[in-house]
Amino acid sequence: MKATEPLQVIDSKGGVNGYDPGLSEDELMHCYRTMLAVRAFDAICLKLQRSGRIGFSIPNEGIEATQVGAASAMKKTDWIFPSYRDFGMALYHGVKPVDMMHNMFGNASDNSRGRQMPVHFTFVEPIKFVSISSPIGTHLPQAVGAAFAAQRRGEDMVALCSFGDGGTSSLGFHSALNFAGVWKAPVVFLCQNNGWAISCPAEEQTASDGFAIKADAYGMPGVVVDGNDLLAVRKAVVEATEAARAGKGPTLIEAKTFRMGGHSTSDDPSGYVPKEVFDEWRKKDPIKRFETYLAASGLWTPEKRAELEKEVDAEVSAAAKDAQAVGPPPLETVFSDVYAEIPAHIRAQGQAAFDLATRKGDAQSGGGEFPL
Amino acid sequence: MTIVDSTSEIREQYLGADGAVTSELPDYDDAWLRDIFVHLLRVRCVDQRMLKLQRSGRIGFVGSMLGQEAAMIGTAAALRRQDWMWSGLREGGAALMRGLPLSEYVAQMYCNSNDTAKGRQMCNHFQHKDSNYPSWSSVIGTQIAHGVGAAFAAKRKGVDEVHAVYFGDGATSSNPFHSAMNFAGVWKAPVVFVCVNNGWAISVPASQQTAQPDYARKAAAYGMPGVTVDGNDVLACCEASKALVERASAGHGPALLVVNTYRLMGHSSSDDPTKYRDADEVDSWEKRDPIARYKKFLETRGLLAEGEADTIEASLLAEIDSTVHAEEAAQPMPLKSLVEDVYADVPRHLRAQYNEFLRVAERFGDAQRGDGAFPL
Amino acid sequence: MPTLTLIQAVNDGLHTSMKEDPSVHVFGEDVAKKGGVFLATENLETEFGTERCFNTPLSEDGIIGTAIGMAMNGLRPVAEIQFQDFIFPAFDQIVSEAAKLRYRSGGQYTAPMVIRTPYGGGIRGGLYHSQSGEAYFCHTPGLKVVIPSTPYDAKGLLIASIADPDPVLFLEPKALYRSVKGEVPEGHYTVDLSTTRDVREGGDVTVFCYGAMVPVCTKAAESAAEGGIETHVVDLRTLLPLDEEAVLDAVKRTGRVVVVHEAPRFCGFGAEISAMIAEHAIEYMEAPVIRVTGFDTPFPNTLEHHYMPDHRRVLDAIEHVYNF
Repeated sequence: MKATEPLQVIDSKGGVNGYDPGLSEDELMHCYRTMLAVRAFDAICLKLQRSGRIGFSIPNEGIEATQVGAASAMKKTDWIFPSYRDFGMALYHGVKPVDMMHNMFGNASDNSRGRQMPVHFTFVEPIKFVSISSPIGTHLPQAVGAAFAAQRRGEDMVALCSFGDGGTSSLGFHSALNFAGVWKAPVVFLCQNNGWAISCPAEEQTASDGFAIKADAYGMPGVVVDGNDLLAVRKAVVEATEAARAGKGPTLIEAKTFRMGGHSTSDDPSGYVPKEVFDEWRKKDPIKRFETYLAASGLWTPEKRAELEKEVDAEVSAAAKDAQAVGPPPLETVFSDVYAEIPAHIRAQGQAAFDLATRKGDAQSGGGEFPL
Repeated sequence: MTIVDSTSEIREQYLGADGAVTSELPDYDDAWLRDIFVHLLRVRCVDQRMLKLQRSGRIGFVGSMLGQEAAMIGTAAALRRQDWMWSGLREGGAALMRGLPLSEYVAQMYCNSNDTAKGRQMCNHFQHKDSNYPSWSSVIGTQIAHGVGAAFAAKRKGVDEVHAVYFGDGATSSNPFHSAMNFAGVWKAPVVFVCVNNGWAISVPASQQTAQPDYARKAAAYGMPGVTVDGNDVLACCEASKALVERASAGHGPALLVVNTYRLMGHSSSDDPTKYRDADEVDSWEKRDPIARYKKFLETRGLLAEGEADTIEASLLAEIDSTVHAEEAAQPMPLKSLVEDVYADVPRHLRAQYNEFLRVAERFGDAQRGDGAFPL
Repeated sequence: MPTLTLIQAVNDGLHTSMKEDPSVHVFGEDVAKKGGVFLATENLETEFGTERCFNTPLSEDGIIGTAIGMAMNGLRPVAEIQFQDFIFPAFDQIVSEAAKLRYRSGGQYTAPMVIRTPYGGGIRGGLYHSQSGEAYFCHTPGLKVVIPSTPYDAKGLLIASIADPDPVLFLEPKALYRSVKGEVPEGHYTVDLSTTRDVREGGDVTVFCYGAMVPVCTKAAESAAEGGIETHVVDLRTLLPLDEEAVLDAVKRTGRVVVVHEAPRFCGFGAEISAMIAEHAIEYMEAPVIRVTGFDTPFPNTLEHHYMPDHRRVLDAIEHVYNF
């Protein structure tokens, strides 16, 4: 098996050679707007991080088309098991920027109650966007298990499981693809090959000829797509979900793209990514690529971009402002949600923490009796 | 047969199930061909004797090698003195060929004071440092990564060593298979991964193990060639292994060799395979017996006279019987061995724990074998 | 009432839960036709089909990782790890995922599941079929750790664990699988988690134990009684969350305590009990706490009966704290 040229849909002139993406004009513009929103969200998070108002962020520039193209193929009844660089998928399905921003600040309105680092989102509505875990690859077998459960109950559900090139070396990758192959579980494995696992390039990650080829080891098809081509990603993921829904089992998709920033706000890629490589990939900007298609379809002008950018900027700025105004989570959130019910020893530890906070005069939630 | 890259000259088979030559043979030395037969036969004789000892309650556990003799002897015969063999449960026969004294083999089965693992491991967990055959843990797959690390060390030191890493079909699902194959590919480590595909991981058949039953195809995921051979053909196993050892030794990196064979007995003496597999399947593999096949080949070639195999077998059995006799009489390990070898030196807290243990044992009158207070 | 061995009671518990709750799925290595290497899952595949009881590939990380996903999506996975010694490839999934999912998602996602695994020595299993790793897991908030020692408890605790909203590590003392028998009610019943069991009453010395050490301690207590020392033997049976109140009550009744486990001593569960006593009941104590445990060495093979605490070592400790 030899790695093939990546699947592309949008050509250099914005043509699609007869491909019907199956999206209305509104839906196409929603894809476009979501990519702009990802970039706006990124930009403001970077500012917040640099000014010390949040601790950490993960830049998404360069991979917006992969996120949004894949998300556009999923139904609201499907589940997304994201990596930490996938929030465009949540935005696409209608998660409000402010609900993401609560997590960035780790405030009292954060779904994970300030327990996780920033960018570790969790949503159950409007789509299952499963709580992100920092260790690499752990969510892959979980996606297989969730898909297996739906399959057993005869429910129409596909799990989209997204991870990076580095994630293919993890134990979770091996276990998950192996189990999914044997069980024919309805899972789409989306490997976002963005070239770098923090500072480790692909050739130090594996000796295989690309990543899609790894699918054969698990008896499933492997597909390579141009990850900067939103419609190509959509096409591959739509086909994979159709196969999954038809009981044909999982697919591994390798989306070739590039991380235009560091791994995170704590990382400086200039130490290991040559500048020429950035320059080369900047020319392949996924938003501009999609614009050529929209323009060729008569849906885009530079003014349209300016207008939408103004909208999304305002939206994320307001989100940041609102989230910043929310206070930290109350002290009891340290002790709750460890178990369904708080056991005696944790209750006692919580009470002691409250008593101390009260004595020292800094009880965050009014002090006194442990409220749970 | 799956072939990838420059390993395309490797043949899947030389000897058919009836012992007839199916592919042109390399030049072989007659004495070598006969030696291989003795090695195969010794594995079977030892195996059968151990099973009898287990059934009569004299040893605790046996992982029978019956049916897999050619797979282990053939692949291991290609290894050079300096090469390493990282084994699983069912390669003890190859250790004997590599130089493990039969007395140590039997001592390990009795876990007595002559056991080089000092009675700490379960039965059937051999080691032989002199022939670069490390001790296996019972945990599936862990040795795969160890073999890659050791091969990397050899490469770094500039030493010509190839590391043959043995594991079963089930182990391809284990974590270290993935990590180790991946690392070996990236590092171009001198490793031959020998997947002994015997059809069953205890009671789990290939169809429940992976959706890619052609195990050799898993190699491409790690950028290395994968080759499959008839695991009941000792010459095919040996030639394939030899080619891959040479390739690794020449710096061309790792390869995966899949030897297709069959475990004729249960996973171990504690397992009843009739619960999960058909007698027909076992029968069909008995007809492909690796030793009968090779014997026929030697006879046709005029290298084994009629009745000669029986003579060899009788002398092997006599050697085994006298060894068993001696090892059965050996003492168990002294109590002190409980706290030794945890660290290079016995630390203070372990000395205290041992002395406290001994005080109680003496109080109840059964301190065994005259062990006094810990002498350190 | 039928008399069952502990392993039969486990099988009965699985059977009962599978019968009453169609979301219960049993899986792991060799659990289907073979019925598990200890036969804990015998006949479940025949009765409930391969849909509900099935083999997995040989990957503990895969078994627990997929179990978490199943639990998140409405199944009740009961995963078997063939030996507790083999659980470590799944340590990440248990400690960092299953145990933290509720907390990190603010309760939006949970992983109610049971991981059953045989643990402990006594079968000549050597270093890799004998370990008692409970302390590793008891250091994990979000996880529950349960260890039965009787057939009645095995079934009742297992059914309760399967119904529990949180992930439960259910450690089965393999040494007791066939060596203890007891009456076990048919059908559904539960034994509450986080409760202890008084095995034997006595006003002189308190012995805390669990799993395979319970019969050992009982025998020691009987020997002690012959010498006039009455021993209260407490089976902890849920280590996390522990019924601390019951433990401290028992401590205060005698002021003389022995803690017994087969796991190594250093940072073992006995250390937690000792610390709890030092913090909350020191004024009741008449003698120092004694721990009778496995040595701080790996588990041996030939000499395993010396490694595992026996009734004489426990008796010696009982007499020591009594005569202090």
